[in-house]
Amino acid sequence: MIVPIAWYLILAAILFCIGVAAFLIKRNVISIFMSIELMLNAVNLTFVAFAHMWHAVQGQIFVFFVMVVAAAEAAVGLAIIIAIFRTRETLSVDQINLMKL
Amino acid sequence: MYLVLFFLFAGLCVAGALNLLLQRHPIHSALSLLVVMSSLAVLYLLLGAEFLAAAQIIVYSGAIVVLFVFVIMLLNAGAEERTHGSWTAYIAGFPGAAAIFCVLAFIFLSQRKLLGTARLGDYIVTTRDLSQVLFRDLLLPFEVTSILILVAILGAVVLARKEQ
Repeated sequence: MIVPIAWYLILAAILFCIGVAAFLIKRNVISIFMSIELMLNAVNLTFVAFAHMWHAVQGQIFVFFVMVVAAAEAAVGLAIIIAIFRTRETLSVDQINLMKL
Repeated sequence: MYLVLFFLFAGLCVAGALNLLLQRHPIHSALSLLVVMSSLAVLYLLLGAEFLAAAQIIVYSGAIVVLFVFVIMLLNAGAEERTHGSWTAYIAGFPGAAAIFCVLAFIFLSQRKLLGTARLGDYIVTTRDLSQVLFRDLLLPFEVTSILILVAILGAVVLARKEQ
């Protein structure tokens, strides 16, 4: 029972494109943020698949660093969303169109 | 067995991602994201990355999604209203995303022979192998990452604090 690495890569491409579409469709800041996380996860899957293909540990180390940066990004991003909600009292991106709080 | 596991969890991944796309309430999107991330952890296990599978469950499913759910409940976010997005997104965005997918799928399928195959347990990276590279060859990036985390914690506290 073998699975071609190409199938893993195509699965990652599907997830990435769904993430791009969700980023464009969604009108809620938190949902847009979640679609960014989905895209990061898709890229992580590509890294792991290529690490398996080349038998290289470095690809998995890269995924580890991506996870750390994603965690930091989620903490800061959600803090920004809380700060925006406190002044604007909305989460819809149609009404958040100024950088100024 | 391997094929069945792959298709089961790949299907769960795609279904969860589509559900994230189609749900209008953010809490449903967050729970679908949880499904996607947990299934990805199983796919990492199938690719022999056991440490990353554990880290995926702990960091993504355990920390990030819980943070999302916490913020959604804190802000009492309801279902998003139905408005039209920008026309640029519809005209350029979706054909662009579809084109990216088509190009990637074409390249991966045409290079299928070179990419090789995966079998259950043919290449397992143990935590020992991973930590030897991480803590010996890449020690400096690892330490810099800890500074990044510290800055992120400080930034989150400053941003989310009530202004006096």
